[in-house]
Amino acid sequence: MESESKRKKESPNTAELAVTASFPDEVLEIVLSLLTSHRDRSSVSLVCKDWYRAERWSRTQVFIGNCYSVSPEILTRRFPNIRSVTLKGKPRFSDFNLVPPNWGADIHAWLVAFAAKYPFLEELRLKRMAVSDESLEFLASNFPNFKLLSLLSCDGFSTDGLAAIATHCKNLTELDIQENGIEDSSGSWLSCFPESFTSLEVLNFANLTSEVNTDALERLVSRCKSLKVLKVNKSISLEQLQRLLVRAPQLEELGTGSFLQDLTARPYADLESAFNNCKNIHTLSGLWEAVPLYLPALYNSCANLTFLNLSYTALQSGEFAKLVVHCPRLRRLWILDTVEDKGLEAVGSNCPLLEELRVFPADPFDEEIIHGVTEEGFVAVSFGCRRLHYVLYFCRQMTNAAVATIVQNCPNFTHFRLCIMTPGLPDYLTNEPMDEAFGAVVKTCSKLQRLSVSGLLTDLTFEYIGKYAKNLETLSVAFAGRSDRGMQCVLEGCPKLRKLEIRDCPFGNEALLSGLEKYESMRSLWMSACNVTMNACRRLAKQMPRLNVEVMKEDGSDDSQADKVYIYRTVAGPRRDAPPSVLTL
Amino acid sequence: MERLLSFESDHLRATELRLGLPGSDKPSVRPKNNKRASSEISQESKSNSCASNAGNDDERDSAPPAKVQVVGWPPIRSYRKNTLQVQAKTSESELCRGMYVKVSMDGAPYLRKIDLKVYTCYPELLNALENMFQLTIGKYSEREGYNGSDYAPTYEDKDGDWMLVGDVPWGMFITTCKRLRIMRGSEAKGLACV
Repeated sequence: MESESKRKKESPNTAELAVTASFPDEVLEIVLSLLTSHRDRSSVSLVCKDWYRAERWSRTQVFIGNCYSVSPEILTRRFPNIRSVTLKGKPRFSDFNLVPPNWGADIHAWLVAFAAKYPFLEELRLKRMAVSDESLEFLASNFPNFKLLSLLSCDGFSTDGLAAIATHCKNLTELDIQENGIEDSSGSWLSCFPESFTSLEVLNFANLTSEVNTDALERLVSRCKSLKVLKVNKSISLEQLQRLLVRAPQLEELGTGSFLQDLTARPYADLESAFNNCKNIHTLSGLWEAVPLYLPALYNSCANLTFLNLSYTALQSGEFAKLVVHCPRLRRLWILDTVEDKGLEAVGSNCPLLEELRVFPADPFDEEIIHGVTEEGFVAVSFGCRRLHYVLYFCRQMTNAAVATIVQNCPNFTHFRLCIMTPGLPDYLTNEPMDEAFGAVVKTCSKLQRLSVSGLLTDLTFEYIGKYAKNLETLSVAFAGRSDRGMQCVLEGCPKLRKLEIRDCPFGNEALLSGLEKYESMRSLWMSACNVTMNACRRLAKQMPRLNVEVMKEDGSDDSQADKVYIYRTVAGPRRDAPPSVLTL
Repeated sequence: MERLLSFESDHLRATELRLGLPGSDKPSVRPKNNKRASSEISQESKSNSCASNAGNDDERDSAPPAKVQVVGWPPIRSYRKNTLQVQAKTSESELCRGMYVKVSMDGAPYLRKIDLKVYTCYPELLNALENMFQLTIGKYSEREGYNGSDYAPTYEDKDGDWMLVGDVPWGMFITTCKRLRIMRGSEAKGLACV
């Protein structure tokens, strides 16, 4: 689109070239304002000074994948008109307790800058940031137009902060609180929405645990006529859910509360009819503690479902199979491995449109379990669901042959995340490493963007990755590889690599330093429990001033070893808010 | 490769404390006793009708510590990990381990526990209570309750109200009963006369 408008100006007459320079900024800004993808916008801003200027004035949304890659000052200086900010903070491995507490990624300094420069801020989406109640109160009080708050995998706040948001954000349309390390002291925050408040469209508090005032919730749902997404928490019973559904037949996404038997309460028919009345539901989740008895109430609603999230519901294969028969339009499915291979066979038989499958382990730490899913379930799905392109699969055994079959059936994988839960486990039939499995994945799936590997792997896996995975952007590696060569193959071979996270692998200084020039084209590198030394990190830091090289020291470990290394590119220089356990080199 | 071997030797097999009736058929999904996780969870949902089974946690806490685990592996978000462990305990105790409820008797120094799932009707339950506490309860009548006997069985339901055992259908009773109390006949008269 941009090149077209430029070409128009460059008409055959060279005298008109002079007009290009005075192409009105306002028009250019209007044209550019139609661009939404932040990558497109980045490209546009590099064309020339005029376009850079027009782009920065017309940009209203900004996405920052690493909050330390830029500072609030730099951001607000460049973009004066931002209404929507997405910020990601801690390295992904913080989700698995590998990052020390108080590591950083505190939102507060950003909010202070925004209050001064973006008083009309409307949307804030945070992932893995540290958010305090004070920050939430500050947010609620300083941004009169604030509409959307989404917190995913954040920590540091409590329900008091949510109460502040509910009380003061008069224009709130979306409150989405997911999987956060939050102190849930009481459900009274929900009652803080004033009676005059009616603008809510999205409310997700599924992952909180305290009881909320159900009367207040009912009244809120009744008066918010535009409510499209409602995801309640476990404390809401089936009877209460039925009353909510009756008040919100326009819902499109529903997260139920407890699906446990509630025998003294509502007859089954009322519940079923309430579900039937919600004709627009395309996404269903929740079903906490589901016991099969009331599942049939959902069957009619399932006909239009495109996303079913049963990842907190321990269904057995039989009851799950009965449910999935009613879900022919399913595109995304998240389940627990309690459904076993039989359950997955039912998916393969009934969900031809499936594009995304995530199978989570119900009991990841008990190695005595012989149930869960195996390679057979995955293979069965691949035969029935040829459109599958996103998979996250936790299992206890796998074979090279199975994976080869899977990618032959589904060559369009963009995200292949396979977690064989015992570290370093070989192909259980042949006892060989799982190299050929991942080799098959990268050779066949040319569109692969994200890969997580597991099982017993030699350097061969990484040779394959470097050779074939030309579109790979994110790679996660654990307990794999034999030598530095493995990591080097990846750094040399994957041109689009942006995020590399490695733990417990025998990669050392040579591998680390081989990526010297690569790291500036990447968002970040994480290496923990590998063979990297402090000296190598210092050398890296010295040679690459535009990278932040941070080492997290463990208590009582060898001083010369770099236990955990986090390296990322930045224009903001070394950060000043690191805790004592994090050394910036 | 040494690293892989050391992981194997680090894996201890935890002995497991089994709850449930002798001979009861158990699926292998067994929750891990992870004290750290349970202390991180805020109070469980109060709508859980078998909240009295929280007493089971006491027995589970005396099991040996969980075996050594690799930090942050498998890669599951802490939130999900904690939630599933809590759920596994809850659903296990309800569905497979029986519906244990506490039974108190007026004048007795300590409480007992019985599994409601074992019984299929009121007479069986009352018989068991009579045996357990060495007393007579007598026959139930809708009009007069347990009139004429020394003791009357009562229960606390989901709503926190004390009800006379036998008034509601058995199926409804076992899912709403949170605890039992064997009252002295003289006190129980008040319930029956409603």
